Amino acid sequence: MTRLQAILLENGRIIDPVNRVDKKASLLIEKGKIKAIFTRRQKTSPLPKNLLSIDLQGKWIVPGLIDMHVHLREPGEEHKETIETGTRAAAAGGFTAVACMPNTNPVNDCQSVTRLILEKAENASARVYPVGAISKGLQGESLAEFGEMKKAGAVAVTDDGKPVADSQLMRRALEYSSNHNIMVISHSEDFSLSRNGAMNEGVVSTRMGLRGIPNLAEEVMVYRDLALAEYTGCPIHLAHISTQESIRLIRFAKQKGNPVTAETAPHYFSLTEEAVKDYDTNAKMNPPLRTQKDLEAVIKAISDGTIDVIATDHAPHSVLEKDIEFDQAANGIIGLETSVPLTLALFRKGYIDEARLVELLSANPAKILGVKGGSLSIGSDADIAVIDPEYRFVLHEKDIISKSKNSPFIGAQLQGRALLTICAGRITHNALSA
Amino acid sequence: MSSEYLFAHKHILGLDHLSVPDIEHILNTAESFKEISGRSIKKVPVLRGKTVVTVFFEPSTRTRLSFDIAAKRMSADTFSISASTSSTTKGETLADTAKNIEAMMPDIIIMRHPSSGASNYLANRISTSVINAGDGTHEHPSQGLLDLMTVKEHKGKIKGLKVAIIGDISHSRVAHSDIIGFSKMGANVFVSGPATLIPKKIAHLGATVCRTIEEAVKNADVIMPLRIQKERQNDPLIPSFREYASFFGINRQILQIAKPDAIVMHPGPINRGVELTPDVADSFQSVILGQVTNGVAIRMALMYLVIGGA
Repeated sequence: MTRLQAILLENGRIIDPVNRVDKKASLLIEKGKIKAIFTRRQKTSPLPKNLLSIDLQGKWIVPGLIDMHVHLREPGEEHKETIETGTRAAAAGGFTAVACMPNTNPVNDCQSVTRLILEKAENASARVYPVGAISKGLQGESLAEFGEMKKAGAVAVTDDGKPVADSQLMRRALEYSSNHNIMVISHSEDFSLSRNGAMNEGVVSTRMGLRGIPNLAEEVMVYRDLALAEYTGCPIHLAHISTQESIRLIRFAKQKGNPVTAETAPHYFSLTEEAVKDYDTNAKMNPPLRTQKDLEAVIKAISDGTIDVIATDHAPHSVLEKDIEFDQAANGIIGLETSVPLTLALFRKGYIDEARLVELLSANPAKILGVKGGSLSIGSDADIAVIDPEYRFVLHEKDIISKSKNSPFIGAQLQGRALLTICAGRITHNALSA
Repeated sequence: MSSEYLFAHKHILGLDHLSVPDIEHILNTAESFKEISGRSIKKVPVLRGKTVVTVFFEPSTRTRLSFDIAAKRMSADTFSISASTSSTTKGETLADTAKNIEAMMPDIIIMRHPSSGASNYLANRISTSVINAGDGTHEHPSQGLLDLMTVKEHKGKIKGLKVAIIGDISHSRVAHSDIIGFSKMGANVFVSGPATLIPKKIAHLGATVCRTIEEAVKNADVIMPLRIQKERQNDPLIPSFREYASFFGINRQILQIAKPDAIVMHPGPINRGVELTPDVADSFQSVILGQVTNGVAIRMALMYLVIGGA
């Protein structure tokens, strides 16, 4: 947490698709801003005094990562995560900003809760963008105060964790969002088809005697949401997409020119329902882990642009909610500290290039939420992640910074991580010496 | 059985984990123990000094009594705990309950629990042997094994037989263990019932799905109607018991399309007049009470084997 006058990131590979930059160069940060980017031959003005120089040979210098789908659990469930611990986990994962979901206690459905979150986030290790509720109390009955929440600092609205079951309310939400220029994020799930489900409905759920959640619980609602977006002409962002047919529907809606964006989470392209075997509650989330064909469809959608964003759906739960009977256990896994290596696996396998990786993890979420960052433009705030794509490690529970340890990747061999994270010129994570 | 065979299971969690030689060995052991229950002094010292605890988080009469009798006939000391349905909001967690019982050094814990995988959960956390007496809609291995034993007793074999299981396959842990067990042992398992009660992927467990009960029962050697669970009827899966009885109930007429020497089984308790007419339940083809007798022998065998009997 050092605040220096100036930092020079030397000899790294600067990848900034927004400015169409991919070159070996140095980046100078001064007074919290990106002051200059120059190659060895371009030695421009004299360098400032009191300069911290960091040699980044072989490392990537990218815009600070932005996770647009995170549960920080504060206020109300501080035993799982707090704004402080959650943003430290974010910084450790290369993130300089997170958008936090409103299903806290109390629900973020009014300006006072939005303000509370922002006050608590003042000294956090990453920028925190509150996402307000679509409906008051997440009850799905009447609209929350989008305008006041936006004015207080909310960047989007969603009832995430629950669907907006009432189609008329969802239509009104989309219509009303246009007055306030605030993005509506949908948790697309037909609850009548998924109720009491504990995992993906299929061979594995049948064998394990667990009630299943069929793909169509997501798909029928994705279709509804896309139809509402088309009808109202209002933008919609679809959260945590997990199935092949959802992707086909989104692709078609985009081809028609509808204002639709979509995200998936690393677990949907890294694991299948097989991970649930032996009733591992760290592989329980909603939507559930699907099958190999869904996983492949998600990867294809990431590479062809149907999916715009990789967001983690970071959902911390303590052992109280996780170390219990599978059907009773809470849904969700943490994700901030594993997003970079899991996404880099797609890069190494050739599904995406470096520029696309930066779009998925930084440029696109910035654009969709209308927030700072996503690029390394001269003069902009210095939100930067330095990634070592080669670093190999085994994820150990003791190394997890998030307050909760509910990850199915504990014990996994991973490759690639954030070495250094800088938020507004401040070093929020530094693993260079390690 | 080859002399090199070793029964290597510390826990009995489901038939899914047992191999064909394992199942054969359990059936053979149970057959040799069955005779004990017919003696005038119904007790052998095999488990003398051993402690068996039964923990039931769901109501049960037959299974619980059967385990208790089995343990006592082997001279074990038995204790039982009843717990109301586990609640994560109040009271003790399952792990704590288990660890507390374990701290009193029992040799075997027998558990029934409403959550699928609860026995696996226990087996992963304690060092005592765990026998699953039914977990959610997952498995009921001792019932599956006693069904195999009963069929083998009456038919002399299991391989090649046609077994028809009728009714609520979705919510039946007995059906799951039976489908896995009978297909593993070479029988041809057919299932039928209201499509709302047949899991879409049940074929992957080894069953053939029939649209009509006639298709399933035709030339069957074994017919097993399952209990329609009245307590599940808040989830409207069938229109009425009357309609169920007339389309999926086992009666004299249906029985006639099975093999003449077909046997009728039922895991109990029976809803007479719903899945099974009283005359069939009490007919000479019914082996339902024989199943119950064999249940004691199977449970004696399981307890003997998990604590290291050969």
